[in-house]
Amino acid sequence: MDLLLGAVVLGVLLGCFYAAVSVGLSVSFGLLDVPHVAHPAFLVLASYGVYQLNESYDIDPLLAGLAITPLFFLFGLLAYRIYYETFERRGSDAAVRGIAFFFGIAFIIEVLIILQFGVDQRSVSATYIGKSWRFGEFRIPIRQLVAFAVALALTVLLAVYLSKTFMGRAIRAVAQDEEALRLMGANPVRIKQFAFGIATAVLGIAGALLIIVAPVEPTLDRAYIGRTFCVVVMAGLGSISGTLIAAIILGVAESIVLTLFGASWAPAISFAMLLGVLAVRPQGLLGR
Amino acid sequence: MNKRSHSIAFWAAVAVFLVAVLSMTQIVRNEYPFFAGYVILQFIALAVAWSILGGYAGYVNFGTNAFFGVGVYTAVALFNATGAPLVVQIAAAAVVGMTLGFGVGLLTLRMRGIFFSIATIALAIIIETFVMNWRFVGGAAGIQIQRPPVTAPFDSYVKMLFFVQAVLVVIAIAIARYIQNSRIGRGLQALRDDELAAECTGVPTLRLKLIACMISGALISAAGAPAAMYLQYADPSSAFNLSYSVSALAMALIGGTAHWIGPVLGAILLGSTQQLLAVTISSEVNVLVLGIMLVLFVVGAPKGIIGLLRPRYRLRAGGKQ
Repeated sequence: MDLLLGAVVLGVLLGCFYAAVSVGLSVSFGLLDVPHVAHPAFLVLASYGVYQLNESYDIDPLLAGLAITPLFFLFGLLAYRIYYETFERRGSDAAVRGIAFFFGIAFIIEVLIILQFGVDQRSVSATYIGKSWRFGEFRIPIRQLVAFAVALALTVLLAVYLSKTFMGRAIRAVAQDEEALRLMGANPVRIKQFAFGIATAVLGIAGALLIIVAPVEPTLDRAYIGRTFCVVVMAGLGSISGTLIAAIILGVAESIVLTLFGASWAPAISFAMLLGVLAVRPQGLLGR
Repeated sequence: MNKRSHSIAFWAAVAVFLVAVLSMTQIVRNEYPFFAGYVILQFIALAVAWSILGGYAGYVNFGTNAFFGVGVYTAVALFNATGAPLVVQIAAAAVVGMTLGFGVGLLTLRMRGIFFSIATIALAIIIETFVMNWRFVGGAAGIQIQRPPVTAPFDSYVKMLFFVQAVLVVIAIAIARYIQNSRIGRGLQALRDDELAAECTGVPTLRLKLIACMISGALISAAGAPAAMYLQYADPSSAFNLSYSVSALAMALIGGTAHWIGPVLGAILLGSTQQLLAVTISSEVNVLVLGIMLVLFVVGAPKGIIGLLRPRYRLRAGGKQ
């Protein structure tokens, strides 16, 4: 019983971390309808950026994550601009080629990381990594707690940004009715581009969390395709509060399966839940 | 030329191709060309099979590796249990692939484009996880396979596999060509262009998609079945490698999916470049080249090589050969 309770606690921590790596996708795929299969690849790329800064300048991983966010913001602007000019504007069979486009980008990123850093696992060093807190019989690694706190803050911040600020509301408006926004004299494409930039910028911090929680390797993005899309679809496309709930459900489920059946079944959990949600309730928990 | 003489030309070309392959296995002594050639043939079969669902119907399947791996492991399990000959292994793989295609299709083909694509990745990972935990076929560590003695007229197993894969390529192309020119192909094209309009005009969209998914799946699994014998080894992470999915998708889209010749051209071009790069530089670089080519073509030449060769080639040239 204690074992199960421990698994649930760790699962909640893990779940909040999953929310942080998925919120970006919740904006780009959930709100903007861009088939952003390369989202996890950008995430892993951010982790390697953090690794590089930590390794050569000994910068704290979280600060390093913050430092690369402007760069990722620009990546996001660029990626959306290319996507818009080549696919969205032309319509027709754009959807098919858009998916292939992001799939190709994901693979290019993966191979570039392999060519630059090799296939070995990489990790960062910081004072809070490697220690853990004891609560009676439980041991909770401090790295998990740090990731949990930052992830929660990041997700809540983004939710507040989207619901309270002018630009955030504009982003949600463009997701609801692009044509109406155009009639109001706003440029929907610029708003979407900005939103995509934000969604990618968030990955700077999320990437830092990814490498704080565990070592990363170049092909890690494949597992996160399942996790991020599972969370975003289960949440109901574009719902940030739903993202948090769905991510915690996924985290707890993974943690319990890991405790009861062993690590070899873990990678299938998120994908199985994704398939289940798609088959049973495609509009998600808090669907539009 | 009319349709009939096209047909005669096609089957004549097929006969010439198979005779050429067969005589090559009898004349050439060095085994290396067959090793390399097998991989290229395998990619042709995968790209053509992928394009039946991905090209004609416009449903981007990321799960080529699921069907491929299922083909490999059907062959392994069958060989392990009964020592069945290669032909039986391939036939069984095709049946299992078709069944899987039916299941996958039923579960996912009601979904909009991207959801279908993500669901196919999910399926691949789930099946891979099951195989990893399946002791009988070696689990995560993989399994060694002892090739049975080769049958006449071939003097080495690799040469025989080369010929077998060539036959599979011919079957895949013949089926793709048939579908392209039949009611099924026209229905698929209609639903790719506008699924709602197709449904409204009485095209049985779900049934057609299911048929395409089953045929595509059967052909991919069949093409994967001899891989275990080719490598004399099978393990889940290489049999279910995502690079099969990228390769099939990239080769089909780069070649152009409006006509069956597109995936063939794409696979020959990229397959031979890959063989060259893998030998001379490294296998990472060849995946990089594949990715960059895919992105360039998808952005710059949406109709692929055949679109570049014939600028005014119409997408709906269904009756044309």
